[in-house]
Amino acid sequence: MSTAQADPVSDDASHGEHGHDHDHPAFLAHHFDTPEQQFDSGKLGIWLFLVTEVLFFSGMFVAYAIFRNLRPDVFVGSSEFLNTKLGAINTGVLLFSSLTMAWAVRCSQTGEHKKLTGMLAATLSCSMVFLGVKAIEYSHKWGMGLLPAGTFFYDPANPHPTTDQLETLGFTSGTAFFLHNSLYFLCAPFLIVLLGVVAWLILSIVKGNKFQTACAMPLTIVCLSFFGGVGLGVILESGSEEGHGAAHDVAGHHGEGVAHSDAVPSVIDDGKVAAPALNDDASETSVLERLATDSTNTGLMSDVAARQAQASVASGAVVRGDDTNFEGGISEASANVLTQRQAGKFFSIYYCMTGVHAIHILGGIAVLVWLLIRSVRQDFNSRYFGPVDYVGLYWHLVDLIWIYLFPLLYLIR
Amino acid sequence: MSDHAHSSDGHGGDGHDFAHPMPVSMLLSVFFALVILTVVTVAQASFDLGSYDVLVVMAIATLKATLVALFFMHLAWDKPFNIAVFVGSFIFVGLFVIFTLGDSDMTSDSFEPKIDEVVPMVAESN
Amino acid sequence: MSSGSIPPGSVVKDPGFPTKQENYLTNSKGILSWMFTLDHKRIGVMYLVGVSLAFLFAGILALLIRYHLMEPDGKLFKGANANNMYNQLFTLHGAVMVFLFIIPSIPAALGNFLVPVMLGAKDVAFPRLNLASFYLWCAGAIFFVAALFGTGLDTGWTFYTPYSTTTDTSVIAATMGAFILGFSSIFTGLNFIVTINTMRPPGMTWFRMPLFLWATYATSIIQVLATPVLGITLLLLIAERTLHIGIFDPEFNGDPVTYQHFFWFYSHPAVYIMILPAFGIISDLIAVHSHKRIFGYRFIAYSSIAIALLGFLVWGHHMFTAGMSPMTTIIFSALTFTVSVPSAIKVFNWLATMYKGSISLTTPMCFALAFIFLFTIGGLTGLHLGTLATDMHLHDTYFVVAHFHYVMVGGTLVAFLGGVFHWWPKMFGKMYSEAGGRLSSLIIFIGFNLTFLPQFVLGSRGMPRRYATYDPEFAYLHQMSTYGAMLLGIGLLTALVVLLHSLFRGKDAPANPWGAATLEWQCTSPPPFYNFERAPVVGDPYDFSKIEWDSENERYVTVEPERETVPEEKPAIQPAH
Ligand SMILES: [Cu+2]
Repeated sequence: MSTAQADPVSDDASHGEHGHDHDHPAFLAHHFDTPEQQFDSGKLGIWLFLVTEVLFFSGMFVAYAIFRNLRPDVFVGSSEFLNTKLGAINTGVLLFSSLTMAWAVRCSQTGEHKKLTGMLAATLSCSMVFLGVKAIEYSHKWGMGLLPAGTFFYDPANPHPTTDQLETLGFTSGTAFFLHNSLYFLCAPFLIVLLGVVAWLILSIVKGNKFQTACAMPLTIVCLSFFGGVGLGVILESGSEEGHGAAHDVAGHHGEGVAHSDAVPSVIDDGKVAAPALNDDASETSVLERLATDSTNTGLMSDVAARQAQASVASGAVVRGDDTNFEGGISEASANVLTQRQAGKFFSIYYCMTGVHAIHILGGIAVLVWLLIRSVRQDFNSRYFGPVDYVGLYWHLVDLIWIYLFPLLYLIR
Repeated sequence: MSDHAHSSDGHGGDGHDFAHPMPVSMLLSVFFALVILTVVTVAQASFDLGSYDVLVVMAIATLKATLVALFFMHLAWDKPFNIAVFVGSFIFVGLFVIFTLGDSDMTSDSFEPKIDEVVPMVAESN
Repeated sequence: MSSGSIPPGSVVKDPGFPTKQENYLTNSKGILSWMFTLDHKRIGVMYLVGVSLAFLFAGILALLIRYHLMEPDGKLFKGANANNMYNQLFTLHGAVMVFLFIIPSIPAALGNFLVPVMLGAKDVAFPRLNLASFYLWCAGAIFFVAALFGTGLDTGWTFYTPYSTTTDTSVIAATMGAFILGFSSIFTGLNFIVTINTMRPPGMTWFRMPLFLWATYATSIIQVLATPVLGITLLLLIAERTLHIGIFDPEFNGDPVTYQHFFWFYSHPAVYIMILPAFGIISDLIAVHSHKRIFGYRFIAYSSIAIALLGFLVWGHHMFTAGMSPMTTIIFSALTFTVSVPSAIKVFNWLATMYKGSISLTTPMCFALAFIFLFTIGGLTGLHLGTLATDMHLHDTYFVVAHFHYVMVGGTLVAFLGGVFHWWPKMFGKMYSEAGGRLSSLIIFIGFNLTFLPQFVLGSRGMPRRYATYDPEFAYLHQMSTYGAMLLGIGLLTALVVLLHSLFRGKDAPANPWGAATLEWQCTSPPPFYNFERAPVVGDPYDFSKIEWDSENERYVTVEPERETVPEEKPAIQPAH
């Protein structure tokens, strides 16, 4: 360690001698001798910060490992409720944002100011799309009661309870209203921010303040991207509504005692749902009612319901390719698994991990906005690009954590 | 430090230039590699690999993470000390995981879970 | 050796006294100039005030605990709620002492003041982050006070589940506080690592750093690596209480032992956050006041790093009786013994340093000697607790209480006081009364032993910790302990009075009152706000050969035989023994 360290310092020293006739540039803090020393300090600082982030997340990975090790079947069963398509899309979005971020660092080093602003705006937009998709995922699950253990109330027989039904479960009317309309609550802050930014944009145009216009313009696009993400989520989720339909089909067959293997592959298939849409709520309820009335065999019923639930809810991309597996694993597992202390535990961990990750995305957005404004001000050059680089490293780490979260949460069998 | 290729397109003037812009082509190829690996990891989920499943998934994720770290995070050209700092953190994560998971695994026989009544069709469970 | 007077014909180097404009304490005025200061020295002073207040508060709680334990049935709290009140009392004492005092005491207060000056840098690498971590400390303190004035806190400082998920007291406020304090600690550590790595002036190689810097560096490694795990643990605990996530709560098939793993993954390394900087202080104090080169510099330096890293392997020794698997307990017990090796190396090196040194029994040295004695007892009794068989008997008894107080109070607090007395002239430019200082160290030493030695006996006889009442047969030892605590309180008060008195009546301190060779003594007392106008010439921090006592002005000065135009040729990296 010591020898590794001796190099940069002696390096610094020699540069200090070379650079004595330079005056202290504005971007160089008083207690540093050279821009390189400042950059190296910041770089080591951000790496150490990333170390703390890694260890911070490690706690949740340990919790995940312990409980998955304890009850693998719970994780397999519960994971079916996560929409692989949405997860994969979000992975792609984050990877792309990492690309634009790395590119932004390049632009800051080469002094391409316009392009830097563009790249930062692209990164921000991706992060917003990510959050938009996440909002769809969360709100959908909240409405169905796929919540942490203590509040988990998912009922395969009634996956989409009304507010009145929620109140009978012991929720206050306010909470019930929130759970039922959580998407609106999630979107509201972003809408307010969007309106604010648009107002800022208009104001800056009216005032003729070029700098503010140049800041507000990309930020407007960024805020709009959130709703783009929401839209994307809705479309892909409705894709899994097709899954609903197909699953009802399955359930129907099953109820009639017909092997369902023919219908299932349309649901699975790498998350690409080919079955035609059949997502009217009427058919859904009718199927349920029929099942509920005509069968006294609770074993069969729960099996049907669980199966239907899996396919019908968010899981659109059931990741299973062959039916035998589907037959053997899930129906058994899910029947026992869809309870507070089982699936609820999975969702606890799911919300902790993705929630903390989402908070990190929000934090990243805040610093990226700060960078974007500075980039419009043309603060960065080849001797002062540290902030872009540091934020970039942070952003890549957030991406890196998602790279692990995605397969661990969405792709379990 | 010695492999730190100093670029010529900076604006450092006479000063020492410590910026090292990544070529766009490299960024793009890393991105495409990552996308392909994502597709692979989603695709492999449809094959049952039994208990190797987690290992395969984690191996692909680690490969992706390595790509991100080496190129996007510029670690391949960073100071050795910074590399040691970042990579070292995973050693401590490993300690944490191994001891805690190992102990949990060895004591899980004595674990007496509370069982929820499973009545999925009738009402909410519990 | 720094005996005798200045040889004739030699050049005396002494920076003299700072002007009002240079003095970091007076170069700008007004409360705002302190609140928004980015000067590491002022931030260090603010930390010093902050942690002292926290210590005063928690110390009063400690006295209340001891007062209550005067009688077998409890003297302070009576009636149905007595046990609850007692639980809250010791919880707040422990939590405030650990999170608000011991962890930030030496690294944040003394470290902030000393690290850049010792290093020869103008400031820490990230001054704004430094100020931010001070305000995070304040915010964390506010949360703790909120918990106190809310519904109290009765979980013990460890917040063990399942009790912490079921109790009605302010667990969330306190854990939020600890979470915030954790980030304060992380940012301080991060700052020091970067400062020591990148801000060293030319000539300050790794092995020319004073051992306090090595200790701070090792501490910072732990702060950066371990504290985030505390953060996520407390966050999950808050989630457990609010959302019932069922990770730690057995009600939802969570695992309380997992909570303990999480908690001690941080908190065992955290005891090294508490004690390592104390080692650093003692290494410097022993060398300076023995006026002799530190013995085994590299061993002490490396043992700091070794302790920091080994400290991550032994957390399970807090959980031997908590329900871990037998295999895990054996592994952790075996690993625990490895940590004693680097700790012992340090003690041997300090003793070897003093051997044949010319020891000045100044106040800091008195504290340093007390430290060695008390820490040795604290460390050796730790081996009883690391041994599986004895721990089964001693776990959760007063033996444990006595053990960690010998390390935390007899170790960290005494070293902190020694450090404060040592650097007080540098920090505030005033000399205190030596007699008063020595007296306080003596009272503290006697009071401390009187408080905690009986507790070893209590514990080995089976008195469990955290009990508000006890069997009458323990009364004698408990009363002894209480009287000792009062004496300890008097000793600490004496120290405070001596120090505060010096601020108003003390003689102006010379630049180098102790004859130390590290860089902070080469600038004026107090240092100028810029520390060093240009990067200082870095020499061997433990080479006392050029330092002579100037009896005329009652100060030590650096003496050079003759002025040389060409600097002496030195090897690039000087082996420092
Ligand atoms: Cu320990």
